[in-house]
Amino acid sequence: MENHQERSDHRSQDLPQVLVIKPPPVLTLFEDKFISSKFQLLKAWESTLPLDQFLTNYAGSVRAVLCSGASPITADIIRLLPSLQLVITASAGVNHIDLTECRRLGIAVTNAAGVFSDDGADAAVGLLIDVLRKVSAADRYVRNGLWPVKGDYALGSKLGGKRVGVVGLGGFGSAVAKRLEAFGCTVLYNSRTQKPSVPYPFYSTVLELAADSDSLIICCGLTAETRHMINREVLLALGKQGVIVNIARGAIINEKEMVECLVRGEIGGAGLDVFENEPNVPEELFGLDNVVLSPHRVVFTPESFVAASELVVGNLEAFFSNKPLLSPVIYE
Amino acid sequence: MGYHQKPQYLSKTLEQDLLLPRVLVLRSPSVPSFFFSKSHLQAHFHLVDPLDSPEPTHSFLSRHAASVLALLCVASTRVSSETLSLLPSLKLVVASSAGLDHIDLGECRRRGITVTSAGQVFTEDVADFAVGLLIDVLRRVSASDGCVRARLWAEKRPFPLGVKLGGNRVGIVGLGRIGSEVAKRLIDFGCSIAYCSRKEKPSVPYPYYSTVSELATNSDVLILCCSLTKETHHIINKGVMEALGKEGVIINIGRGALIDEKELVKFLQQGQILGAGLDVYENEPHVSQELFAMENVVLAPHAAVYTLESFAALQELVVGNLKAFFSNKPLLTPAQLE
Repeated sequence: MENHQERSDHRSQDLPQVLVIKPPPVLTLFEDKFISSKFQLLKAWESTLPLDQFLTNYAGSVRAVLCSGASPITADIIRLLPSLQLVITASAGVNHIDLTECRRLGIAVTNAAGVFSDDGADAAVGLLIDVLRKVSAADRYVRNGLWPVKGDYALGSKLGGKRVGVVGLGGFGSAVAKRLEAFGCTVLYNSRTQKPSVPYPFYSTVLELAADSDSLIICCGLTAETRHMINREVLLALGKQGVIVNIARGAIINEKEMVECLVRGEIGGAGLDVFENEPNVPEELFGLDNVVLSPHRVVFTPESFVAASELVVGNLEAFFSNKPLLSPVIYE
Repeated sequence: MGYHQKPQYLSKTLEQDLLLPRVLVLRSPSVPSFFFSKSHLQAHFHLVDPLDSPEPTHSFLSRHAASVLALLCVASTRVSSETLSLLPSLKLVVASSAGLDHIDLGECRRRGITVTSAGQVFTEDVADFAVGLLIDVLRRVSASDGCVRARLWAEKRPFPLGVKLGGNRVGIVGLGRIGSEVAKRLIDFGCSIAYCSRKEKPSVPYPYYSTVSELATNSDVLILCCSLTKETHHIINKGVMEALGKEGVIINIGRGALIDEKELVKFLQQGQILGAGLDVYENEPHVSQELFAMENVVLAPHAAVYTLESFAALQELVVGNLKAFFSNKPLLTPAQLE
């Protein structure tokens, strides 16, 4: 049913269209935040046409697209949007956008970095506590009726005094580091470049960081350089007692190798909110008590989603008023 | 990550052993082994242990413990006035758990028996655990983990959003060492702290409320960090939970009987509070069955102190207190008996 076609015919021709191929969770949950006097949404997912045909027919003059992990902006998509000048994502991550192609064509990109830092940091530290102190495993133990039968649960490991390696010290990594200090952890980090104003010891490679850490928390974005950066070598350097927490992107870790290390007891545990092929989780992990599994949502709160939607709308309104973008992604 | 104890095979002679100070050990058989490091203690003391004998404890104590000066109470083994009456020479009770409510402190005071506590060996671990429980409840970590393991991720998308931690008004019930450590951590997560305690603490920067009800009225989260006494029994009751409200969360790392557990279950069942993270219960190890089905509740098996590190520190402290006692030196962690 081509109701979007009818609607755009009846709508004011003044309002520029923002293409949405598939709705990001933010839009699904807070659609009322996306009503603006400066733009209207062109909802591709409501059409029965195949995407390329829809774009060819209706998106020829579209200057902005709101994307998400579920609807990546590839070179092929960009090719079908000849008027495209702006790609917006409601996420902090931009790995689902072909940045090289955008840069080549002078297409601006904005993301929602910053709005998820605090909630993400709370979640990352929460997962670390959970793995070290076996919170979820013990909860299962109680719910399975084992406490009266088998007695007390196993000992966990203290947080205080642990050396925690933060991989990537942007807004998110810094928020994690601050919280870890309150628990008496020693914070170490690796980043693309050393940050002179930061009090934590810097390690120029993830391997060196892992070798000197008890835990690793992944706080960086997914790029060509960071894909599978955490591999068997890094995990073995982290060691048998080592714990890894990932709420960034699944593909930063070589998942197959991590699963092998976990199954063989070569690392101590993992707290994972993201996976290489969501929603698929490697079966072997289901049998492990030293792993906490989260379905890519432990970061999200209504507050961060509202802030993300406001940032998206703010960027769009700025764009359509020829004002500076609020959160442009700077190309490196 | 298991707890492994390397046995120390000691080559002391019988004479050497008999020259060591005698320490009576009281432990119920169900107490987990990590609380009692027998070989560690035997290096320094001659242990008198009723569990080594087939005799009933009562007659064992009458026959063997009349001259014992020091008692090691393992975990929450009860030390009643009846037990104490069988130990006429007793001068010291060394506790090895965070709480002291299983020891008849009134009787110890009356008899002039000193009690040493576990000091701060558990404090940080308990505080860490309280924060872990809170994040878990607010962000449904354990519940989601269960869903993923049940292969429900693809089916259940999208999941309900979690609750933000920052901005919450956290009410600490009992601002002792544990409560202070909890507060310190939650400040860095963006929470605001208020407390109630037996007495206001002027040096503390957080707002004070003289009753738990008032604290609950002004809080989004209550964290129970106080000891169990006659006054604090069921201190979290229907009225307090009503004051806390539908968005409220309760975290209990104190003692189960601080909460009227039956009322708590009702409130949770009726959605009258948002959720709870519980490490302790009124009738451990039995947990109210109704809680098992609830996704907004996190259940822990009295494990807030359970780390390798805290038990290693505990053993050192226990030995340290006993050695100080037997050499007439100041005790490391004497408890205030009220």
